[in-house]
Amino acid sequence: MVRTRGSIATLGLAFVTAIITIVPLWYLAIQSFSAGLSPVIDELFQSRTLTLITRSLVLTVAVTIASVIIGTFAAWVITMTNVWGRVGLTIAFSLPLAIPSYLAAFAWVSWLPNIAGFTGAFIVLSLVSYPYVMLPVMAAMSRLDPVHEDVARAMGRTPFAILWEIVLPQLRRPIASGGLLVALYALSDFGAVAAMRHEVFTWVIFGAYRAGFNPTRAATLSLILIAAALALTYFESHLRGRHDVSRAGVSARMRRAQLSPLAMSATVVSIFAVLLPAIGVPVVSVVSWMQRETSRAVEWTSVWQASGQSFLNGIVTALVTLLLSFPVAWSAVRIKTRIARIPEFTTYLTHSLPGIVVAISVVYVGIRAARPFYQEFPMLIFGQVIIFVPVMVTSLRAALEKTPPALEDVSRSLGVTNAATLLRVTLPIALPGLLAGTALTMLAAVKELPVTLLLRPTGMDTLSTRIWDYSTVSDYAAMGPYAVAILLLAAVPTALLGTLSVVKEHAR
Amino acid sequence: MNFIRRRTAAFIALGALVLGACGGTESSTQPTNNGDLRGTSITVYSGRSEALVQELYDLFTQETGITVNARYGDSGELAATILTEGSASPADAFFSQDAGALGAIENLFAPLPSDILSAVDAKYSGDSGKWVGVSGRVRVIVYNPDLVDVAPQTVDELLDPQWKGKIAFAPTNASWQSFVTAMRVLRGDEATQTWLEGFAANDPKPYDKNSALRDAVDAGDVALGLTNHYYLLEKIAAEGATNVKAKNQYMAAGDPGGLLNVAGVGIISSSKNSAGAQAFVKFLQSESAAEYFRTKTWEYVLTTGAIQAEGQPTLDELNVPALDLSDLKTLEATQELLQKAGLLTK
Repeated sequence: MVRTRGSIATLGLAFVTAIITIVPLWYLAIQSFSAGLSPVIDELFQSRTLTLITRSLVLTVAVTIASVIIGTFAAWVITMTNVWGRVGLTIAFSLPLAIPSYLAAFAWVSWLPNIAGFTGAFIVLSLVSYPYVMLPVMAAMSRLDPVHEDVARAMGRTPFAILWEIVLPQLRRPIASGGLLVALYALSDFGAVAAMRHEVFTWVIFGAYRAGFNPTRAATLSLILIAAALALTYFESHLRGRHDVSRAGVSARMRRAQLSPLAMSATVVSIFAVLLPAIGVPVVSVVSWMQRETSRAVEWTSVWQASGQSFLNGIVTALVTLLLSFPVAWSAVRIKTRIARIPEFTTYLTHSLPGIVVAISVVYVGIRAARPFYQEFPMLIFGQVIIFVPVMVTSLRAALEKTPPALEDVSRSLGVTNAATLLRVTLPIALPGLLAGTALTMLAAVKELPVTLLLRPTGMDTLSTRIWDYSTVSDYAAMGPYAVAILLLAAVPTALLGTLSVVKEHAR
Repeated sequence: MNFIRRRTAAFIALGALVLGACGGTESSTQPTNNGDLRGTSITVYSGRSEALVQELYDLFTQETGITVNARYGDSGELAATILTEGSASPADAFFSQDAGALGAIENLFAPLPSDILSAVDAKYSGDSGKWVGVSGRVRVIVYNPDLVDVAPQTVDELLDPQWKGKIAFAPTNASWQSFVTAMRVLRGDEATQTWLEGFAANDPKPYDKNSALRDAVDAGDVALGLTNHYYLLEKIAAEGATNVKAKNQYMAAGDPGGLLNVAGVGIISSSKNSAGAQAFVKFLQSESAAEYFRTKTWEYVLTTGAIQAEGQPTLDELNVPALDLSDLKTLEATQELLQKAGLLTK
């Protein structure tokens, strides 16, 4: 039911965002069908196409399952147990998100060459993407009603049984939406599968650009990824269920599970089993690269400048993404009609596309429709925003779902305007989730490469373009400082994420 | 509604923020009159990496007063970008790492003046006369003399069982794939497939990078490897000749294994400063650039009559296989053959 003119306006803005994010789709359609239908059919219905999309889906399913398990475990440890050092753990568990997949993959394969192939791609992609599940699950866990757990505990259930029987069923939504992000990311990745020499569908798309010099073919093949994204998004909307988890009261403070010594040891071992490979391997590699001999002296001013540029790009991308995503998430959560879910559904589609496809489509549209901004800062941000809207929408939705609509109704019935209700009721409750989404988007934006490379203003260098540049000439010693800088820079938003989880705790 | 107006205001404020943040480098500026190009600028799409060529571009600006706005990226992706931009492309010139990417966008290049074309042997340029080779990397066999008495000089010798498990290669490397493409052009797909199957049967060792391959050969982890000539020269320059054990074996005349991969340049036909772009190409053919390639990238200089890096065989002595380098754009078919032979993926 659409209740107010404010709702209609918000829904209108949500559709604007949806239209922006389907710019690549528009390009793909024009480019693919430029020579009619039959070349498209020839391209799509080849046995090789089928084989590769199957391989992609197998990897995607495996990575998603692993990420859901690791992400939910990490969220549980941080939010619901008495494990010590929770802020530090939050930061540590979030940090892998900042590690570019190509960098992580390269660290692994240079350490263990035999890991190349499915195993390596699976490990690297799972370890860099589980935070997409962990963060929304953490947010949801922190507002679970502890009464159910108390009852279960009183009946003698172990902490693990409580997790399995009571907690998990209430977490379907965040797990489903985080899992969707992971799945789309795994489908679109090329960096990790290239370094691991695991041939999946994105290989033919990159091959079409880099070896075939054929953007039309790349566009046609990308349609398959869009179809896969449609299927995954549809599947997720069923998995998500209709159960609403917001509750009006914030009365009972959540109690943490007191783990038995045995359970505690198992948990601590598992924490290390995740963090050592996820952070240890890349960090040790990067540091060891810095110690290699090099003909080039490290230019600290350029490391500093690239860090500043990455920070600026990341923060602007995150803020623009926030503004564009808010109406989408708000409409999806608050307006209980089918049509209100369309913008949200739409924004996910382009998330399955490799960055290079998004970049080329923005090149196509940008040079024709917005020539003065072509290869300028706004268009770079535009390209990145298209990719990151779904990441933000997922976080915002989790945050808004936590604000009971009843509170807003009460506010309005007391004569408070819609705008004031938004500012005084909705936003304060949703604020931690809103900041978390912004931090998450910033992390992802800082490591983004293909869009930055093709759309940046001439002469702009970021940490990721510098890392790419030195990696093309295999100069790892020169690359080291930039890789360290990207990890340090990422520590800023992750620290924010970590602190937020504590602030939420004290606010109760 | 108040709430909507605030939202709109927020969007406008945001737009202003974004616009304010944009730096704004003008792309090509037109020369004021025909003779004087000083103070103008050109936009170069550079598939050659910044670490390799930025100093060279600076040298060009010093000599000519023409500013270079370099956009760095993967050669293939930049070619795709130029194709997508079409006639509105801000690029004046495309300096590519490989001949294949140049061949792919030949239709968007302007014909080059004859003095530029004639400065380079025609076999190092596109047959269309729209792009010229500038510098080259020769495919060689790098070997460890402790483990190899007589290194093979043809790719067919590599199929001999005595090399089983002793050959290193870099399956994802573009130069290796260009070599296989060259073999397809010279011998046909069927013969190439047979060679690849024989090669795969000899259990070659994959390395992720040419530099790792070279270091492994030098350390004696593997007896020999297929790579580019300059990787060894780079190591010698960094560590001193006495500290490097490995040696380069150049291939027999005309053998596909001795392919010369060229980096080359073309001028985009929609360029608004084609005089500046021509000056850039001429600079790349000049002695200053030759000196740079000899001493900084250890590549072959393709300009006719240029001196090569010390101790290297001359281009005439190498007698690299003859083929139209634009044909190297059929790289995708090569990758499919490599996959079939089990040499590309795991």
